[in-house]
Amino acid sequence: MKAKFLVPLFLFLGLAGFLAFGLTLNPREVPSPLIDKPAPAFTLARVDDPAQQFSLADMRGKVWLLNVWASWCVACRQEHPVLVDLARRNLVPVVGLNYKEVRGDGQLDARGMALDAETGLAVERARRWLGEHGNPYVLSVLDIDGRVGIDFGVYGVPETFLIDGNGKIRYKHIGPITPENLQQVILPKVEEVRRAG
Amino acid sequence: MIPELGHFSLVLAFVLSLVQAVVPLVGASRNRSALMAVGRPAAQGQFFFVAFSFACLTWAFITSDFSVEYVALHSNTATPLYYRITGVWGSHEGSLLLWALVLAVWTVAVTVFSRHLPDVFLARVLGVLGCISVGFLAFLLVTSNPFERLLPGAPEGRDLNPLLQDPGMIIHPPLLYMGYVGFSVAFAFAIAALLSGRMDAAWARWSRPWTTVAWVFLTAGITVGSGWAYYELGWGGWWFWDPVENASFMPWLLGTALIHSLAVTEKRGAFRSWTVLLAIGAFSLSLLGTFLVRSGVITSVHAFATDPKRGLFILFLLVVVIGVSLLLYAWRAPRLSGGGSFAFVSRETALLGNNVLLSVASASVLLGTLYPLFLDALGMGKISVGPPYFEAVFVPLMTPVVVLMMFGPFLRWKGDSLGPALRRVAPAFVASIAVGVGAAFAIGHATPRTMLGLALAAWVVLASAQQLVARLGERPGAASAARLRGIPSAWWGMWLAHLGVGIFIIGVTLVGSLNQSLDVKMREGQRAELAGYSFVFRGVQDAAGPNYDASRATLDVSRGGVAIATLHPEKRLYRAQGMPMTEAAIDIGPFRDVYVSLGEQLPDASWIVSLYYKPFISWIWLGCALMALGGIFAASDRRYRKLAERSAPAAAARQAA
Repeated sequence: MKAKFLVPLFLFLGLAGFLAFGLTLNPREVPSPLIDKPAPAFTLARVDDPAQQFSLADMRGKVWLLNVWASWCVACRQEHPVLVDLARRNLVPVVGLNYKEVRGDGQLDARGMALDAETGLAVERARRWLGEHGNPYVLSVLDIDGRVGIDFGVYGVPETFLIDGNGKIRYKHIGPITPENLQQVILPKVEEVRRAG
Repeated sequence: MIPELGHFSLVLAFVLSLVQAVVPLVGASRNRSALMAVGRPAAQGQFFFVAFSFACLTWAFITSDFSVEYVALHSNTATPLYYRITGVWGSHEGSLLLWALVLAVWTVAVTVFSRHLPDVFLARVLGVLGCISVGFLAFLLVTSNPFERLLPGAPEGRDLNPLLQDPGMIIHPPLLYMGYVGFSVAFAFAIAALLSGRMDAAWARWSRPWTTVAWVFLTAGITVGSGWAYYELGWGGWWFWDPVENASFMPWLLGTALIHSLAVTEKRGAFRSWTVLLAIGAFSLSLLGTFLVRSGVITSVHAFATDPKRGLFILFLLVVVIGVSLLLYAWRAPRLSGGGSFAFVSRETALLGNNVLLSVASASVLLGTLYPLFLDALGMGKISVGPPYFEAVFVPLMTPVVVLMMFGPFLRWKGDSLGPALRRVAPAFVASIAVGVGAAFAIGHATPRTMLGLALAAWVVLASAQQLVARLGERPGAASAARLRGIPSAWWGMWLAHLGVGIFIIGVTLVGSLNQSLDVKMREGQRAELAGYSFVFRGVQDAAGPNYDASRATLDVSRGGVAIATLHPEKRLYRAQGMPMTEAAIDIGPFRDVYVSLGEQLPDASWIVSLYYKPFISWIWLGCALMALGGIFAASDRRYRKLAERSAPAAAARQAA
């Protein structure tokens, strides 16, 4: 048995080891260290009127959802009808965090773009998208450089955070919300948080 | 009652597969022909019971027996009959049963078409196939029984995933599985050869038609799947580098390398251990693909069943099947070195070059697919790998493949001199660069990518033409019809498949360069323009399907005042699952598709409409169809039938000498 003929076997066994370990991980869930901690404070410009600011403190006393989205995010399109439906039913206010609208889009090259120009483009793109797909948000804010996203530990879009009246994050949903997720997990959580608060 | 019969019949199939796995292998090692002879009837019996079991499940779907959990979850009384039938493989349990059935079909095909194989060899092949059957039937029975009862039965079923209610889904999974699982035959031949220690030209010749046919199915399956994604997902894209797509593409790349490597092993006796490794690799990647799709270790838009227990079972199966075969390889392959020698400039070198490139391409797809998992397992964070990686890696790897692919047939086996060979191809090569650059400027899209793509396509077409002319010139004097007939169908197979690659490249390049799209808000009577076409929106009507309600738009498409088509894109809501679906409408043409999909309705009663102009997109599938057709020609070469009748060992001895 020559050593070189064992190479494929060892490569495969290494791969199998990774796969076995992979089975213990859930690729869709990243435990968030922020659960039951105060949500990172932010103050950002609004999509509907960039001259106005919105900050976390504005929602104090309310139980609400912070939904991270962007017009380049394909999965957001998938969850969007669910959010529009949620808004129609008026069950819980949803604030949109528009995440890296311009520089997050792999199709655009935003390097060297002035911040003003980038903000203008982001506002235009975000509004057009909301116009086309419906606007389920009480309001949306612009996270142009993604710094607030980083504070919230956003690693993929869409993500949704449930925030209570004291500004604490109580639940985090990763990936697009399906009607089942909403009915079976998110809305019961909202109820639970409301009752507790 | 019927579901219980189906379950019981699956148990019987499992028992027979155990017999098929053990008895012939023992017989082969002890040289007892009575034991070896058990393989054939055991395999046929196993096929009968798996097929019966499959028929029982289909019956439960046809009769909407919602006391069977699997049926209740994936069918509905309102589902049309043909989607109730395809619902059988619409999810995890049923598609595994299909896997087992397809494996049984291939095994029976081996028992029927391999009468000329030596008994010992056939016994080993059937034994190896039996081992795989044991694994998959056990997997079905232990973790994924499709006949599980739901008592009391549900009054109504939850319906099949609307994405799968599409004509493409009727044939895509069976074709893909015929391809995936078909590599098990090449694998079994390779293992049987390793077990017997006899890996010669005869072995390569026996495996070649099987491998080619499996490859044809896989090609067709991937093509149909890509076409399905194009018109069903409503984004106008045809390939997304999604992990599940990659899972079918990796065995295709390695399978392509395998059919070429087998050609060298058959003709020249060279590359023997490499060919065996490719045969093991192609089937291993098929198994790995099954694991990736079924275990949920990788996230994908295809997100099927995700159950860690099942994942563990397939992983165990994977480790046993691949681990044992690679161990066997490490043990036996060192004896295989040698074989026909060849000079550096020879057809063998060209084929070896492409083999290596295709394997590297396959490995890079594997790396890209599993990279998120590697990083996650190493605690280095969660990432996803997207099309930019695959495109960046793929173009540089495939460019030399295409160049070599057309250069190789100009070279002689064993050795050639570089100068004359280069002089033969130089005119076509230079001309294709000129054509590529010129055409890119002519269409007003002179990017390096477009030039490269068009030059490669021109190279394939010009070199193909030159090969045909050269081939026809080989028998001067004969009438041209006789000359055409004189060319073996294997040669036509190669020629067509290679030409198909060229056609495919034209499609990919042009749709990538000239593709145009427009998302526009439209209300009744409004007009939109895209790429010289005008679209007039004629409003939206409600239309009810058997199991969905639809909003059906009407758009008149015209060009320069001439009406071209009336398109009806739909927005459907499937009642049972409450799932919205976009049904695109496409006017298909030889040089362009016009693709319309209907978006959301806005509060002011207008609609969002997505318009796409997709030049040459059909050429992508035309190219794939030519590749598959080439495979059919190659596999139907008379030689396989004629040579099969000759005594194989004598031929082998001659070849190895």
